[in-house]
Amino acid sequence: MSELLSRIAECIEFGKINKVAPYPPNMKGQDGADELTRRALDEGISAQRILTEGLMPGMEKVGIKFRENKVFVPQVLMSAKAMSTAMVHLKPFFLSGEVKEKGTFIIGTVEGDLHDIGKNLVAMMVEGNGWKVVDLGTDVKADQFVAALKEHQPAYVGLSALLTTTMVNMEKITKALKEAVPGAVVAVGGAPVTDSFRQKIGADIYSSDPQGLVEYLNSQLV
Amino acid sequence: MGKILEKIKQGKMLVSDGAWGTFLQQKGLKPGECPEEWNHTHADEVFDIAKSYIDAGADMIETNSFGGTIFKLKRFGLGDKVFELNKAAAEISRKAAGNKFVLGSVGPTGKILMMGDVTEEELYDAFKEQVKGLEAGGSDAIMIETMSDLDEARIAIQAAKENTTLEVFCTMTFEKTVTGEFRSMMGVSPSDMVQVLIDAGAELIGANCGNGIAGMVGIVEEIRMANPDIPILVHANAGMPVYDDGETIFPEKPDEMAALIPKIINAGADIIGGCCGTTPEHIKRIRNAADHIK
Repeated sequence: MSELLSRIAECIEFGKINKVAPYPPNMKGQDGADELTRRALDEGISAQRILTEGLMPGMEKVGIKFRENKVFVPQVLMSAKAMSTAMVHLKPFFLSGEVKEKGTFIIGTVEGDLHDIGKNLVAMMVEGNGWKVVDLGTDVKADQFVAALKEHQPAYVGLSALLTTTMVNMEKITKALKEAVPGAVVAVGGAPVTDSFRQKIGADIYSSDPQGLVEYLNSQLV
Repeated sequence: MGKILEKIKQGKMLVSDGAWGTFLQQKGLKPGECPEEWNHTHADEVFDIAKSYIDAGADMIETNSFGGTIFKLKRFGLGDKVFELNKAAAEISRKAAGNKFVLGSVGPTGKILMMGDVTEEELYDAFKEQVKGLEAGGSDAIMIETMSDLDEARIAIQAAKENTTLEVFCTMTFEKTVTGEFRSMMGVSPSDMVQVLIDAGAELIGANCGNGIAGMVGIVEEIRMANPDIPILVHANAGMPVYDDGETIFPEKPDEMAALIPKIINAGADIIGGCCGTTPEHIKRIRNAADHIK
């Protein structure tokens, strides 16, 4: 039984989506996250265990390897795809309340910026760690972030930017969030963003990689 | 052989231009505005940028067409203007260049092949439409740049080779990993890149953007090690941007960049220019440094 869960974790770690998926080449023809998750449920393993002992350890491993530059964006994207395929089977248990999310994380690429690869990576890693993610997309304005935070309270907010010219909008958005919702917690990230930038604009968390954010969020759980 | 490669074969060290995107912003381009649309709406400002690099002593200038594929333009409602906006970009630079060269700039689409965002055919068609516009406007070469995915780079090169008569160049963007190796965002190393780009038809390869000219030295060395002959171009950022009082500043001063020119030429670079944050002053100093070597 737990062997099945470790196989699911492996599929997530290496990005094996389903049986017909050609990637990764050394797992060709084997069952993927799709089939194994279905089988686990059929065998009576709870959705909660599949999430915490299958999906999450797999995402954590790929997150750590990404931070250490042992894998790159394509591998993480494939892992995320494998995870979302598995999640489809677990969705009903989230909806029924049988599986509980750890909390809510709202994310978007800031106003003026249309880049979404980094934002999507972070969203998928956080989701793969058991959080509910509200993805506001790209070119998101301050009032949209504020409205989303008010709607989903309590929640953490993540701002993403790729461009040096758009990261300046993070300051305005952080201020708007903190004025509208006292105690709002704002994370910032993206290629040009640094921790000293975070300090200057008054945001709360910066991580140079998605795993760092996941670890921060988990550390906030009581 | 094309005109630019011929000059390199004669042993000439050539100088390219500096930043466009950050320069456009100084001239008033707002975040969220389409840079390529300026080729129609602000042609004089775009011309000024091109001309300022020619005046600084560049042997070649790029075009304001980095985001000029349908994938980017359609987000601004300009999906039906791909050919015209790229042609206008090349015409503006052509007018500024006089007898100097024009490199038609082609950037990545932002779509990821392996995720199934697009098919190879859709990418090919997008690049084909763009390079045809750049050729019609008078480019001498197609400069495919800032690539991080090897397949997208290969498809762009093939589209340019098969649909224009121009010289085709390609540079990718690398960063240093925690273990000290150079890799693109998609995990490609400079040495991984060399043979794939050459096989696809690139006549000159190299690196652009990045964290400054010092890192470029190592990248050029790695490319040179993998292939002793292929001409190499470098368009380096003026360092890693820093944020100061509401403004982003690129820290590398013209003198600092110029000081490393002998080193990068020694490593094997044939054409040197700037990327984000570099100015005509940077190019003037690079020109000066290059002229004192050969």
